[in-house]
Amino acid sequence: MRAAVVRASDRQLRRRKLVGTIALGVFIVATLSALGVLAILVGDTLRDGASWLDWSFIKDLPSRRPERAGIWPALVGTVWIMVLTAAFTFPIGVGAAIYLEEFGGTGRLSRIIEINISNLAGVPSIVYGLLGLAVFVELASMGPSVLAGALTMTLLVLPVVIIASREAIRAVPDSLRQASLGIGATRLQTVWSHVLPAAMPGILTGTILALSRAIGETAPLIVVGAATYITFTPEGPTDRFTVLPMQIFDWISRPQADFHAIAAAGILVLLALLLTMNLAAILLRNYFRKNQNW
Amino acid sequence: MSVVPQLTSHNLDADLASANTIIEAAGVNIYYGDFLAFRDANLRVPEHKITSLIGPSGSGKSTLLRAFNRMNDLVPSARVEGKILFHGENLYDQGIDPVAVRRLIGMVFQKPNPFPKTIYDNVAWGAKINGYKGNMDELVERSLRSAALWDEVKDKLKSSGLSLSGGQQQRLCIARCIAVQPEVILMDEPCSALDPIATLRIEDLMRELSENYTILIVTHNMQQAARVSDMTAFMTMGEGRAGEMVEIGPTRELFTSPKNPRTEDYITGRVG
Repeated sequence: MRAAVVRASDRQLRRRKLVGTIALGVFIVATLSALGVLAILVGDTLRDGASWLDWSFIKDLPSRRPERAGIWPALVGTVWIMVLTAAFTFPIGVGAAIYLEEFGGTGRLSRIIEINISNLAGVPSIVYGLLGLAVFVELASMGPSVLAGALTMTLLVLPVVIIASREAIRAVPDSLRQASLGIGATRLQTVWSHVLPAAMPGILTGTILALSRAIGETAPLIVVGAATYITFTPEGPTDRFTVLPMQIFDWISRPQADFHAIAAAGILVLLALLLTMNLAAILLRNYFRKNQNW
Repeated sequence: MSVVPQLTSHNLDADLASANTIIEAAGVNIYYGDFLAFRDANLRVPEHKITSLIGPSGSGKSTLLRAFNRMNDLVPSARVEGKILFHGENLYDQGIDPVAVRRLIGMVFQKPNPFPKTIYDNVAWGAKINGYKGNMDELVERSLRSAALWDEVKDKLKSSGLSLSGGQQQRLCIARCIAVQPEVILMDEPCSALDPIATLRIEDLMRELSENYTILIVTHNMQQAARVSDMTAFMTMGEGRAGEMVEIGPTRELFTSPKNPRTEDYITGRVG
């Protein structure tokens, strides 16, 4: 009697294990296909562009002759835009997240703000470009400058940074806030000394990932009026500029095959910059996490 | 199950009767939104004594405890009616700053919650933000000694508070609390996450602390209330699931000759 029960369940158990094995196979295929696509893309780009990639390519100005063309102004422009965007985004985004999480309460107004921020995160980037053109370039008469570009990019990444920072702040256990408030700390002291340091790894990761998405954005900067061909590097926030993706686009749209190869080399530079930023995100997160584990 | 306390000489009723009331709940109703969580609490807490709040789950012990230092303010829907009198002054009056209240009436929580900072900073931070100007090293040492933790951590003040064991963490939280020099310490089931030996250490510590501080403790553990406290208040869930006070008395009296049959049922283990 008992043996029959065991055998019956044994068959059922084997079926469940089979389902498990099949599912595992599906997951592995899914992971490998994502990695495979990436490998093909990078491999193809390397094959086309690696031979063009040398120090003079990085340090030279663009040229009509492919063998003399370089990417320096676009690289400097991208770094300018990223640094300024980070400088604007971080305080505003974190400040807004702190307000919404720690002080804003749960009233109707907070909910409306919350829904709107989520919606803003989904607005197409070219719309931000139009807004930047109207407000920064025209209204504030900044012209097609680094500053106008950076401010436009700030608008673009701000919702994502706010959402990521809010998640990080919300993940800080309430017991930490109570510990602080329970010994007579004010809300602000609690946030500044305990909540923010504890949330910092998550906030930094979110911010840097948002910035590395923005680094590849072209559409809003085209609208703002970034140049496609400049032969000087921006020296300050009021200068005209171009960025890596626009330079790459410019080369790809030319008929000569050599320019297509330079475009591939440009993509490699962009990828390297991106990986560096992601690496920085990981290092910063580990640094801030070192002393806190609950 | 026998819960008759091992009585020690500190449980002298005369001593208890002569103690001043330092903090008092007078006709306190506590609401979460429309829900009445505690009905008509009246409790006088004697100075430099240990008063325990006991009762089954849902009887509103923690809710009532948190009313004493306005921790309930942190729950947006919470509302307190009636008076909590601290040295005769109503803590819920207009113009009373809850931050100032919590400095004078500190709190130790159920789960040890040290800051993810060094042991030294755990103790020093509260004093620093409250404007302590004296010798910080001295204050840290004195607080850790008072919390019976100094000998175990004096060589590693710069290591993380989270590297300590659960019982040590809880004593660190007590040291952090007394570094601010409060008058009253509220303890919300401070031993429920600890093993029996760590629990006994905290109980010994509470007896020592009661010479200088007034302690109000919520506990699930009747033996603990019997062992450690001078006064006991028994509460239960009443009509409409609201907590209500059943009986308050000197601990020995309440455990040996309870006046209310509901108290007797609870302490003899028939309900609860």
